Amino acid sequence: MSVGLHHLIIVPILLPLLAGAVMLLLEERRRRIKAGLNLLVTLAQVGVAALLLRQVHGGNPEIGVYLLGNWPAPFGIVLVLDRLSALLLLLASVLALASLLFALARWHRAGPHFHPLFQFLLVGINGAFLTGDLFNLFVFFEVMLAASYGLVLHGSGTTRVKAGLHYIAVNLASSLLFLIGVALIYGVTGTLNMADLANRLTQVAPEDLGLLRAGFAILGVAFLVKAGMWPLCFWLPTTYAAASAPAAALFSIMSKVGVYAILRLGLLLFGDGSDAAGFGSSWLLYGGLLTIGFGAIAVLASQDLSRLAGYNVLISSGTLLAALGVADLAITAGALFYLLSSTLAISAFFLLIELAERGRRPGADILAVTMEAFGEPEEEPLDSEEEVGIAIPATMAILGLSFLLCALLLAGLPPLSGFIGKFVLLDAVLRTHGTANATAWVLLAVIILSGLAVVIAMTRAGIRTFWGPLERSVPRVRLIEITPIGLLLLLCVALTVQAGPVMRYLQDTAAALHSPQGYIEGVLSAPRAGQGGET
Amino acid sequence: MELIVALGIGVLVASGVWLILRPRTYQVIIGLSLLSYAVNLLIFGMGRLRENAAPVVEAGAVIDASQYTDPLPQALVLTAIVISFATTALFLVVLLASRGLTGTDHVDGREPGS
Repeated sequence: MSVGLHHLIIVPILLPLLAGAVMLLLEERRRRIKAGLNLLVTLAQVGVAALLLRQVHGGNPEIGVYLLGNWPAPFGIVLVLDRLSALLLLLASVLALASLLFALARWHRAGPHFHPLFQFLLVGINGAFLTGDLFNLFVFFEVMLAASYGLVLHGSGTTRVKAGLHYIAVNLASSLLFLIGVALIYGVTGTLNMADLANRLTQVAPEDLGLLRAGFAILGVAFLVKAGMWPLCFWLPTTYAAASAPAAALFSIMSKVGVYAILRLGLLLFGDGSDAAGFGSSWLLYGGLLTIGFGAIAVLASQDLSRLAGYNVLISSGTLLAALGVADLAITAGALFYLLSSTLAISAFFLLIELAERGRRPGADILAVTMEAFGEPEEEPLDSEEEVGIAIPATMAILGLSFLLCALLLAGLPPLSGFIGKFVLLDAVLRTHGTANATAWVLLAVIILSGLAVVIAMTRAGIRTFWGPLERSVPRVRLIEITPIGLLLLLCVALTVQAGPVMRYLQDTAAALHSPQGYIEGVLSAPRAGQGGET
Repeated sequence: MELIVALGIGVLVASGVWLILRPRTYQVIIGLSLLSYAVNLLIFGMGRLRENAAPVVEAGAVIDASQYTDPLPQALVLTAIVISFATTALFLVVLLASRGLTGTDHVDGREPGS
């Protein structure tokens, strides 16, 4: 790895941080410059993430370690890039690009500081994926949450402030749980480096084990709040439904950050080889099943499209958690495929909802009012900007088609990637547990039934939105608003077509996660810059 | 000393939990603050409680590790204090916005029964 490529690992954190800071300095009236800068930086992040992915995919070396301040690994803070983090970085940056494009049409004018908050949210998400240190993970979680508090409130209005109040209170409390967990773990093991922690876990005195497990359990609760496991999830649908469409689309990766933390720590510390193998996995499995059940009932009950999408996030999280609870190599690979497909689909769905409901929702009027109240009168005429976007023809047909694709993806029906993800998952469950295992059948039944529930709910919502009202006005949708939805759905189609190579990558990822020795040694033996090594 | 610190943390957590379960936003924010104090004390305690021991090593001196206290929890507490202070301030802003928009300080934005 050359010097330049080595430093690439920290770029996904530094780039948005600097861009966000610069945008804070710019006046709010310079919105066009901010928008351009934001777009440029987000595009650059997609590029960097793709480069990083290619680097680890080549497998030489399989993980990249960046020593911050050039301190050797267990003492300094490390950033670790492996297949999983590279993949999620790319996913996050693609989602960011899509929601940003969508926001550029009008949403970024609905309130102050949209662009800096957007980039700070990316700092937090990227950092959480990259860090190899438990306390650093907390810091990046807080960066992510602080930015998301701002983005939830973007556009203002009573609904958002009410939902934001609950969201912030719940997440502040769960951050405190996070800290308690970290403190207990540090108190027992004396380290915060994840790789070092995995090594020291075997040397913990038996009388301290109870305290250590309590620490991990508390930490797990904090992650599960983010991931939205029942019964820790009641804040999630309300908040996501209240948030503006581009913010909600980006938030769909935020619940996956919780899932990522559980996946990473669970397999690193309690993987197949360790003493405490399978710690908490039955909690994940049954909690995941209950979450799917709750989500499935809730999608059937929800009248509102955006709440429907919020409950779809829960089903997706529940499926992932249940799959992680089984903790098997093939299942993890399937779960990762499902994660990619469902996150892209939910993101597209959040964006689509805003367009589909624009024709009739009173929220659109509120948006117009807040924009009127906010925009300065001496601002450059917005009308010219309105004309920049080309209104697309056959709006309802395109929206309806996108809705259909989203429904197929979310319900996991063939021929799209949602089906492949679920199929791989269920196939792996049956193959590893045999057909005589009750848990396997329960998992199978719950996942398939939740798919059915999503089909019913989506069909009903689709009929009501697209076929029902005759007198509804056709929403004016600009090209720049439909492009991101098309982009996300196209990626799902690409996932379907290229399922073979993607699955191979994911199997490598799962294999590396299930034998964490490579990760641990890679981190602890990382050469300092200027000493040995390739640099 | 351990007993006093433990009791202090316990009382803070108990009051904090009780307060965040109350219906008024102001009670919730005070509860969260109390909880964060308790957590900060806990992190500090996790470095083991020592009297008269410095966390900072003198440069050049011969180091006897048993004479020093663990500096890392102190650094962690510092970070945790800053973060919880900032997020509490942010919550305060949202609390005021909610009070202004809904006209009530109830956490649900409306009085029960209305």
